Amino acid sequence: MDVVTPFEGIGASVRRKEDLRFLSGRGQYTDDINRPNQTYAYILRSPHAHARIAGIDFAAARSMPGVVAIFTGADMPDLGGIPCGWQIHNKDGSPMAEPMHPVLAVGKVRFVGDAVAVVIAESRTQAKDAAEAINVDYDVLPAVAGVEAAIAPGAPNVHDDVPGNVCYDWHIGDSAVNATAFAGASKVIEFDLVNNRLVPNAMEPRAAIGDFDRTTDEYTLFTTSQNPHVIRLLMGAFVLHLPEHKLRVVAPDVGGGFGSKIFHYAEEAIVTWAAGKVCRPVKWTADRTESFLTDAHGRDHVTKARLALDANGKFLALHVQTLANMGAYLSTFATSVPTYLYATLLSGVYTTPTVYAEVKAVFTNTVPVDAYRGAGRPEATFLLERLVDVAARETGIDRVEIRRRNFIPADAFPYQTPVALQYDSGDYKATLDMGLEAAGWAEFEQRRAEAKARGKLRGIGISTYVEACGIAPSAVVGSLGARAGLYEVGTIRVHPTGSVTVLTGTHSHGQGHETTLAQLVTDRLGVPLAQVDIVHGDTAKIPFGMGTYGSRSLAVGGSAMVKAMDKIVMKARKIAAHLMEASVEDVEFDRGTFRVAGTDKTKSWGEIALTAYVPHNYPIEELEPGLDETAFYDPKNFTYPGGCHICEVEIEPETGQVTVVNFTAVDDVGRVINPMIVEGQVQGGVCQGIGQALLESAIYDENGQLLSASFMDYQMPRAEDLPPVSVATHTTLCTHNPLGVKGCGEVGAIGSPPAVINAVVDALKEYGVRHIEMPATPAKIWNIINAGHKLAAE
Amino acid sequence: MYDFAYHKPTSVADAVKILSADPDARPISGGQTLLPALKHRLNKPTSVVDLSGIAELKGIKRNGDTLVIGALAKHVEVSNSPEVKAAIPALAMMAGTIGDTQVRNRGTIGGSVANNDPAADYPSAVLGLGATVVTDKRRIAADDFFQGMFTTALEPGELLVAIEFPIPEKAGYAKMRNPASRYVMAGVFVAKTTSGVRVVVNGAGPGVFRQAEMEKALSASWSEAAVAGIKQSADGLNGDIHGSAEYRAHLVTVMAKRAVAAAG
Repeated sequence: MDVVTPFEGIGASVRRKEDLRFLSGRGQYTDDINRPNQTYAYILRSPHAHARIAGIDFAAARSMPGVVAIFTGADMPDLGGIPCGWQIHNKDGSPMAEPMHPVLAVGKVRFVGDAVAVVIAESRTQAKDAAEAINVDYDVLPAVAGVEAAIAPGAPNVHDDVPGNVCYDWHIGDSAVNATAFAGASKVIEFDLVNNRLVPNAMEPRAAIGDFDRTTDEYTLFTTSQNPHVIRLLMGAFVLHLPEHKLRVVAPDVGGGFGSKIFHYAEEAIVTWAAGKVCRPVKWTADRTESFLTDAHGRDHVTKARLALDANGKFLALHVQTLANMGAYLSTFATSVPTYLYATLLSGVYTTPTVYAEVKAVFTNTVPVDAYRGAGRPEATFLLERLVDVAARETGIDRVEIRRRNFIPADAFPYQTPVALQYDSGDYKATLDMGLEAAGWAEFEQRRAEAKARGKLRGIGISTYVEACGIAPSAVVGSLGARAGLYEVGTIRVHPTGSVTVLTGTHSHGQGHETTLAQLVTDRLGVPLAQVDIVHGDTAKIPFGMGTYGSRSLAVGGSAMVKAMDKIVMKARKIAAHLMEASVEDVEFDRGTFRVAGTDKTKSWGEIALTAYVPHNYPIEELEPGLDETAFYDPKNFTYPGGCHICEVEIEPETGQVTVVNFTAVDDVGRVINPMIVEGQVQGGVCQGIGQALLESAIYDENGQLLSASFMDYQMPRAEDLPPVSVATHTTLCTHNPLGVKGCGEVGAIGSPPAVINAVVDALKEYGVRHIEMPATPAKIWNIINAGHKLAAE
Repeated sequence: MYDFAYHKPTSVADAVKILSADPDARPISGGQTLLPALKHRLNKPTSVVDLSGIAELKGIKRNGDTLVIGALAKHVEVSNSPEVKAAIPALAMMAGTIGDTQVRNRGTIGGSVANNDPAADYPSAVLGLGATVVTDKRRIAADDFFQGMFTTALEPGELLVAIEFPIPEKAGYAKMRNPASRYVMAGVFVAKTTSGVRVVVNGAGPGVFRQAEMEKALSASWSEAAVAGIKQSADGLNGDIHGSAEYRAHLVTVMAKRAVAAAG
């Protein structure tokens, strides 16, 4: 009798292994962990955006009930600053300004929420009570929150040692070639836009527990991190000066990151250091207000762009000047976002022969800004896809047609762009055609007319995009200023009975790795999914790893696993050859069965695994016992997912309310391992993109106070704001990794915002609007409609 | 949250006794405003007087031409009440749109009216229907009760017991929600009652207020068209990151039309 087992390998929409744990409330998050004899930290934060600290009086607080210790920046003279992981160089070759980011403020505070002191007490409440009794004497200074204000003459200096507030003035591309191309253009479109600042708002606030064992001198940090090994490296080597073998970093279940939990935050260093000082565990958990005020924000660009076209609507040249807000200090990857993750994508899916981009990164009195889902690529895509729509309108060429005319053709890969990247594969026409068909583009005008009869303004918008992820080749990023390698590590540990534990250096915080990565093992080794466990998030268990961001887990981490499995299979074939008295070359392996080619002699996976650990009949002279292999995989290139997003909206003219009525995403994410998880990732990304386009905005006033510092004023997308998202994929394989995968985690957030705004602008076309800044709120839309009515009346 | 004493009286008299004796004691019913304030340490009461055990504050009943709703009636109860649905459907509809499911399962009409948040729903219905606020000491006409942002005629220690709504000929309510908080950005409650037409604006200004011009227009002709041309002045209305005073003023006209349409 044949045993029918469900297919669980590559391409199967198996249910997520982790969901029982999450859905039944059994996840183990950092705040769920409690250590014996634990204390609690409360961090006193600056209420001012910019001030000198004239004095801190905590004598009264120190004697309050339950207080164990109070520390300020003055107690940490030997600690290093929070490091930045990527050094950018100015146009003249000099390195960027890299001011000190002290763990606790020293001398000055530079944003509302800057950490001033930490109170450690027996309970959270006691720590908070004592913090309220600390008297900080601030000399309030003028503050600056926006990038344009920060570089204006006479602006206050965020850092005394960075006059003018410019962190770097960087460029990419050939300015002379670019200028020549503009000189020969038949039309130049000039376009300015803002990419709105966002608060990440992961469901789980950040948390950290520091622990110290004085008998071994070992420190442990439990933290809400997307990359525990990176935190160990940054915090250990640069801040606390602890060697790796005495520092363990654990990132247990993490409830969403979206980039905001990549970075090394001061609180991690504070609790780890303080645990050593008080010789007790120290726990800190952010409340939601702290999340708003201190999690690194995303986006925040102000851009001027010019696009040169010939008489046929072919793009000749693009020139972009961007001001990027860094906030008050340089967060871990902040400097790379508006440069190598943004300007390198400005070629988009088009054959534009020359692109010249100039980026100034600017310090302001706001919380640091860093990577947020998409990180640079949404900013590039929003700029390009809005600009192309404006160009279409102003040249009179249909907006789909102008895209087709400029697409990189499917037979042009590998394609070298003028901004450093070489795209390995893609078929933009195919995803466009699929998108147009799925969205009913051709029949849209009927729907517009039908909506108009109901008193609604209906519009449709399109975005065709490419992004770069699966970061990254270490040598390439190293030459560009990255201070780390970006390979990944995988260990395949086959147990004596054949079940498998995988140790991966990537980290799952909602993506479903415990399922997707296990499917790779099932597919390659033939081990049932239930017998494969994925272990991640603990530097004491995992050999090494760079973590999860930039849609890299499968493309880089999965590839490392494939390499390790190749080693496993090679060794297992040798064992099988020995048992079956055949030569290794004759032993074939296919999903769990070793066979001597052309015979019915077989050995099962389990028999080989057992033999490896019970080597009674074993080629012991040639092979070590055991079946446990590790591989490091350093990618040869980025991966380049791309596709087509189409959004359809209806606007209620009386109120300006925008409703997204249809959303179609057709993405090329390379080979799909689990279609259900891909669909979920794309939907989630699209929801965040719609959030950016219509709802979300982090707004600082001119004094540096965050006005949208709670959900009362920051509009997170709710289910009722979101349409059903139709997701389809069209695959061209990545040519340089063994799985052919590209990554799907960010495509939704990258492709969608311009599709939404293009649809809104289309809906309002009778009002002569050229552009609407995100988020397109009802009030903003009404202003446009109202102004249009006024125009009509005049 | 700071420490506080907790009381759970079983009669209005006992509750008032505690509240009168201590000006820093706070009554709590659904806690949808007070609890977040406590959690954020924005409020430091010496004691919290939990009203949930007081039977006299509960219940919804019709007395002839009046609907009497006890202060402790939860939004979900008002929303689902057959008496409310039959007598003042606009009020039941309003209750069903307050906050979200969790808020409606906890929040009470007495709490909302006593708090008088300018962006709350209920004050517009209380004023719009010319209701009477009943306290442990007296009866207060709605026109005298609401005194601007978070301010009412209630005196320290005085407890809101019930609200008496005269049953109108017709009434309607429409609102635009604040996109972030989902509180009212601008709302209008209209009612045609035996004592005349009332039009009340909530959300848009620092407190609920009657719109006299619209009342006059609707008295002359109860129709959407009657209010469609009336512009609310933006003077004194709220303007913030979600919308200007001019936008809110514009919404008042839009919501007035919709409220009239909803009233039928």
